[in-house]
Amino acid sequence: MADARALPGRRLDARLILAGAWLAIVLIAAIFAPLVAPHDPLMQDLMLERLPPFWMPGSEPGFWLGTDSLGRDLLSRLIFGARIALIVAFAAAIAACVVGSTLGLIAGYFGGWPDRIISRIVDIWMAFPPVLFAILLVAVFGTGLMSVIIAIAVIDWTRFCRVIRAEAMSQSRMDYVENARIAGFGRFRIMISEVLSNVLPSIVALLSLEMGIAVIVEAILSFVNLSISSDDPTWGGIIAEGRLSIHQAWWVLVFPLIALFLTVLSFSQFGEGLKSRFDPVLR
Amino acid sequence: MIFQRFLIRLLTMAITLLGVSVVVFVIIRVAPGDPIAMMLPPGASDDDIARLRALYGLDRSIVEQYFIWFSGVLQGNFGTSISLRQDVMSLVLSRLPATLELSIFALFIALLIGGPLAILGAREQGTAVEAGIDVANGAALSIPDFLWGLALILLFGVLWPVFHISGRVSPRLDLPFVTQFYLFESILRFRFDLTKDLIGHMFMPALALALPLAAIISQLLKISLKEVMTLDYVTLARVKGFSETSVILREALKNAALPTLTLIGVQFTFLIGGTVIIERLFSYEGLGNMAIDAVINRDLPLIQGIVLVFALIFVLINLAVDMMYALLNPRLRHG
Repeated sequence: MADARALPGRRLDARLILAGAWLAIVLIAAIFAPLVAPHDPLMQDLMLERLPPFWMPGSEPGFWLGTDSLGRDLLSRLIFGARIALIVAFAAAIAACVVGSTLGLIAGYFGGWPDRIISRIVDIWMAFPPVLFAILLVAVFGTGLMSVIIAIAVIDWTRFCRVIRAEAMSQSRMDYVENARIAGFGRFRIMISEVLSNVLPSIVALLSLEMGIAVIVEAILSFVNLSISSDDPTWGGIIAEGRLSIHQAWWVLVFPLIALFLTVLSFSQFGEGLKSRFDPVLR
Repeated sequence: MIFQRFLIRLLTMAITLLGVSVVVFVIIRVAPGDPIAMMLPPGASDDDIARLRALYGLDRSIVEQYFIWFSGVLQGNFGTSISLRQDVMSLVLSRLPATLELSIFALFIALLIGGPLAILGAREQGTAVEAGIDVANGAALSIPDFLWGLALILLFGVLWPVFHISGRVSPRLDLPFVTQFYLFESILRFRFDLTKDLIGHMFMPALALALPLAAIISQLLKISLKEVMTLDYVTLARVKGFSETSVILREALKNAALPTLTLIGVQFTFLIGGTVIIERLFSYEGLGNMAIDAVINRDLPLIQGIVLVFALIFVLINLAVDMMYALLNPRLRHG
């Protein structure tokens, strides 16, 4: 983007730092959830149902963000929900990246019929409504963490495939690839290293973006009650509860929504920030 | 030239649809869980199950099942919904108009927000106004429709309840409509009381769908406008004494719109894909909401029908955009 180039370096850093800071907070909260969370996220206490957040009248000390309609501590549920969100984000994005990049490399390097087949599959994939595709896949694989991860990878590999394919195509036409072959070097290996060094900034940005998308898809799936078992707290599951009790306890919807907003925004900004730092053209 | 291009596109479109039908067929046939067992009472005998299985053709091999289903599809017969026990085609047709109206209304909102912002940004190049528009675009782009929908529910459904946040139309209203295109029909019948109620329901979900697209339109159109505005003929118009706004509207916009138009096509398919979860969120009775129920109920024929209809809409939009591009782009028109 022309605009990104015009931005002064300092502003890019601020974006990177802010996004990175939020992601670090979520990551630490997720890793140390049992230590950080003030309460058991599953403990119900009907005496404590729908407590408002700490600054409102009627709140209880220790329940910072209030409780849901079963008296469960919202902050603790959000902290444990971050675990699921991040596991899905990392695993699904990396899986999509590996599958997509491999197929993109094959299509772009070999051209011909492998390219035609892979491109046709990408076209078919693009004709599916992604959310419906995800819901369908999870329904097929059965609910559970693994299904959610596989479903997201199965749907979103095309993003990586298209970028890598285009790059591999332009690289394989370069003279140096041919020269390398004449000089007795492995053409494929050289091209891979060249393609990789050229697309790495885009891949990093895409990977980060994809993590944000995975977090959203997981939230959507648990919102329609198709993600992991409904006992484990997930951000989407909390949102679904919040949507139902919106007129009695708005905070049950607001806080997971803020967590999702910040996380998704941070993943995309972090990716963009890294990209413009590492991209030799932009730098 | 254009005709040839059209034929090639038509062929790839058919292959894509065929591929979609195979993929969805294979996916749901390998699904564990027996749809027949789900529709019978617990006490059903094995004979009953076998009979019903044969009725829906589920006792044959997957390849056979596919060809039976596919030859039906070619004749416009998508089978019978297992959970609703109605013809899939008529179920889909009864819900499709609601989704189309929502999508088109959302596209309309996106153009209405994105277009003026692009023009404003291009006119105020390099100022704080342009920077503000960039920041707003960046935020609107990174946040998906699902989160916008939830935020809108909180803002305009709870905090300041001015819009409806669930359903398509108020249930107490008496609807005189003969088609399922409620919004269009209410306008054509001059029943503006109903139009108002429909828009009151549709505005929130449509806005949630529109915001990311509005950001894309605004960003891309602005960039194209800025490029076009450095060209000689635009400078000439300026020299003639036209104001900057009328230079943009009269001269630059026409030539800057083409790349945006192509992109809107692809993005519009993403928007339609987004209706699935947005309809769920706002309990809007469209195709997407029905699709989620179909998946939850393992209603195989209905899922197949809905996915295929979505895919058909997607490839048709891409085809339309491609043709429009070919017709409007002078280089392709004469080449």
